[in-house]
Amino acid sequence: MSGTDQKSDCGCKKLAPTEDPSASGMSRRNLLLKVGAGLNGIAAALIGVPVLGYVLSSFTKGSRNSWISLGSLDRFPEGETRLAVYRNPITKPWDGDTAEVPCWVRRIDSEKFQVFAINCTHLGCPVRWFQESRLFMCPCHGGAFYEDGSHASGPPPRGLFEYQHKIDSGELKVLGGHLPTLAEPL
Amino acid sequence: MLRSIALWLEERLHLTKLFESTAGHKVPPSTNSWFYVFGSGTLLCFVLQIVTGTCLAFVYVPSTSQAWTSLQYLNNEQFLGWFLRAVHNWGSIFMVAIMSLHLVQTFLFGAYKYPRELTWVSGCVLFLCTLGMAFTGQILRFDQDAYWGLGIGASIMGRVPFMGARLVHLMLAGSTIASETLSRFFSLHVFVVPGMIIALLSLHLRLVLTKGINEYPKPGSVVRKESYATEYEAMVEKTGVPFVPNVIGKDLIFSGFLIVAIVTCAFVFGPQGPSGPSGPPNPTLIHTAPKPDFYFLPIYAILALLPAYMETFLLLVAPVFALAILILLPFYSGTGEKSYRRRPIAVLVVLLGSSNSRAARLSWDIRAMVSAHGGVERRSHARRIREREVGS
Repeated sequence: MSGTDQKSDCGCKKLAPTEDPSASGMSRRNLLLKVGAGLNGIAAALIGVPVLGYVLSSFTKGSRNSWISLGSLDRFPEGETRLAVYRNPITKPWDGDTAEVPCWVRRIDSEKFQVFAINCTHLGCPVRWFQESRLFMCPCHGGAFYEDGSHASGPPPRGLFEYQHKIDSGELKVLGGHLPTLAEPL
Repeated sequence: MLRSIALWLEERLHLTKLFESTAGHKVPPSTNSWFYVFGSGTLLCFVLQIVTGTCLAFVYVPSTSQAWTSLQYLNNEQFLGWFLRAVHNWGSIFMVAIMSLHLVQTFLFGAYKYPRELTWVSGCVLFLCTLGMAFTGQILRFDQDAYWGLGIGASIMGRVPFMGARLVHLMLAGSTIASETLSRFFSLHVFVVPGMIIALLSLHLRLVLTKGINEYPKPGSVVRKESYATEYEAMVEKTGVPFVPNVIGKDLIFSGFLIVAIVTCAFVFGPQGPSGPSGPPNPTLIHTAPKPDFYFLPIYAILALLPAYMETFLLLVAPVFALAILILLPFYSGTGEKSYRRRPIAVLVVLLGSSNSRAARLSWDIRAMVSAHGGVERRSHARRIREREVGS
């Protein structure tokens, strides 16, 4: 069918009927639908990719550990285990007290230390030191650890998490900056 | 005047047609039973949670340095703040309880069978979302329990092979429990999970309308894929009654009692926490024994009793299997007998499930009681370890 105009009975001009859209394979409506869907797909990616990147940024980022001072060596008497506190190296102004991190410092002799994370290796509860029995005990599920941090009894699968430490300018320093878990010990 | 307004609205909104296809749809007369009130009861609790939660969000500050203070303000300064916190807390407890009853009732009545598989699946996911709301809500009550609860969550996540560390970071929004962690849980509790619940609830209710509500099962009446849908439609066509006004009466009475019960508990017991006399959660105050709210207490208690080699399996793999068994139930048991009178194993599963969680809870209570009495357990524990050392 050609696109030429025809005269109707009344003498007025009448447009020739167009071809069957399905026969041509791509009608104007189909084309618009596909272009529209494609544009919306691009728009979804333009929004979706940054949103996913934003949400998953903590998933992809690793921990940034740094050396943190626990104070001068005098604070830790020989042969004793003491609680020490440091401030997380990466904090926000509105973190409040949660930026404070406790740890157990065991001074074996003048130069020899062990520093343990407070978190039980079972489920992360805070372990307590009992001087009389010389054990660390967890209040949650009864896990117990010897004074050298090794596992004594109860459900924990391993000994206490131990910080890397060094003595620098008369101060005890630990390498910290993340919550220790079985997947990412200290 | 009123009539003309009603007609004007009817002409534009087609309210009669909407009513007939929703609240006024026909249901089997056997569903006019007290066993069928738990679904609407759960929905009521959810609406109550939205209303009270929105009001609480007017005042609550999701910041680790301010959350505890803003909750204290709600408890002590804000007019009726304590009451709304109490209703929100008791509403959540009743929501979990009534939803559990709804789950057990639909399980025992075989409501998950053909053709209501998707209704069951969406209901199971709604149940998980509700537990998710309970956990995230417990975190927002930012006290010592909440802080160490996050640590427990992170420790469980840290057991996931290969990507455990990354999942911990995703959960905590960083490498430690800090301000962004609380903001993340606030967002989950207030926007993400409620949004999922509303979407799933819409699907759940839509399915109740399209596939009909499960008839009260008769022993010996068996579901067959070839004939069930036709028989059900014929039965509803012949004997069905409109849900409103014929059947809704019992739901209204139950809902009324439910509201009275929640409000009474709120008045008598008040809001929960934030606990700890020493102020906002402080990780350096280590003399704390964190424990979760009662929903998770059975699981938490079991973790004291399991041998170490079973724990990771039971924490990570067993729940996936248990959920798969629950969610896929209609796909491997989608036809046959519906009535619990002819399904003894179903009854046994419910009895065992409830008695196991009660036993785990009881063991925890006994343990806590013993610990409270002068640290008997702690001393005996230390003695046992010493004896073992001497023996070896």
